[in-house]
Amino acid sequence: MVTAEGLTIPREIASRMLEHARGELPNEACGLLGGDLGAGRAASFHPARNAEASPLRYNVHPDDLVRIIFGIEDAGEDLVAIFHSHSASPAVPSATDRRTAQYPEAFYVLATLADADASPETALRAWRISDGASTEVPLALE
Amino acid sequence: MSTIRIPPVLRENTGGSRTVDVTGATVAEALTDLFGKHPALRDRVTEDGELSRFINVYVNDRDVRYRDGLDTPIADGDTIILLPAMAGGSR
Repeated sequence: MVTAEGLTIPREIASRMLEHARGELPNEACGLLGGDLGAGRAASFHPARNAEASPLRYNVHPDDLVRIIFGIEDAGEDLVAIFHSHSASPAVPSATDRRTAQYPEAFYVLATLADADASPETALRAWRISDGASTEVPLALE
Repeated sequence: MSTIRIPPVLRENTGGSRTVDVTGATVAEALTDLFGKHPALRDRVTEDGELSRFINVYVNDRDVRYRDGLDTPIADGDTIILLPAMAGGSR
């Protein structure tokens, strides 16, 4: 599938992503974004439980994952992005993030919670992760 | 006969098929049948002949880790799902 070079997230959704992440502190938070992958546009946010319940690791709870993945498809949307937070480190994929990524067509959106007052514009960054390598892509909030 | 539901991320390995009908009395037997029909999928989700630990397997939406793993019995009409995990961490 040919996909957009950058990702657009509605501002209201970006705020909810950050709110979810802050609500899960001190643990990492995670969730999925549905929408139009070809256009690079998110339209829905689906917070998930972190099965690891850890400040350093995340694993989208298997029960939430199966429900959300097929729910997105049943709603006529694509999986657009996989979201997780880093509680204290930058919104940059770690070595673990790069090694375990299995969705090369999707975007990966990371939030850093290092600054408790950061806006979505400064806390969120978007990436692609493929074959163990990450590349930052433009992220627009509108 | 049971059905394996293929998520979008794995469909390029099944020629676009959303579901594959399989036979077998356990998840392991059903996967053997599936991989025989779609060898590209075997290459995608196994490592050294074993199912990758980063692949979630469900029977009727229930993760088989909480049952008997690949030995989990399946009955006619059951639905099996393979789904790559979404995991990582800041370290």
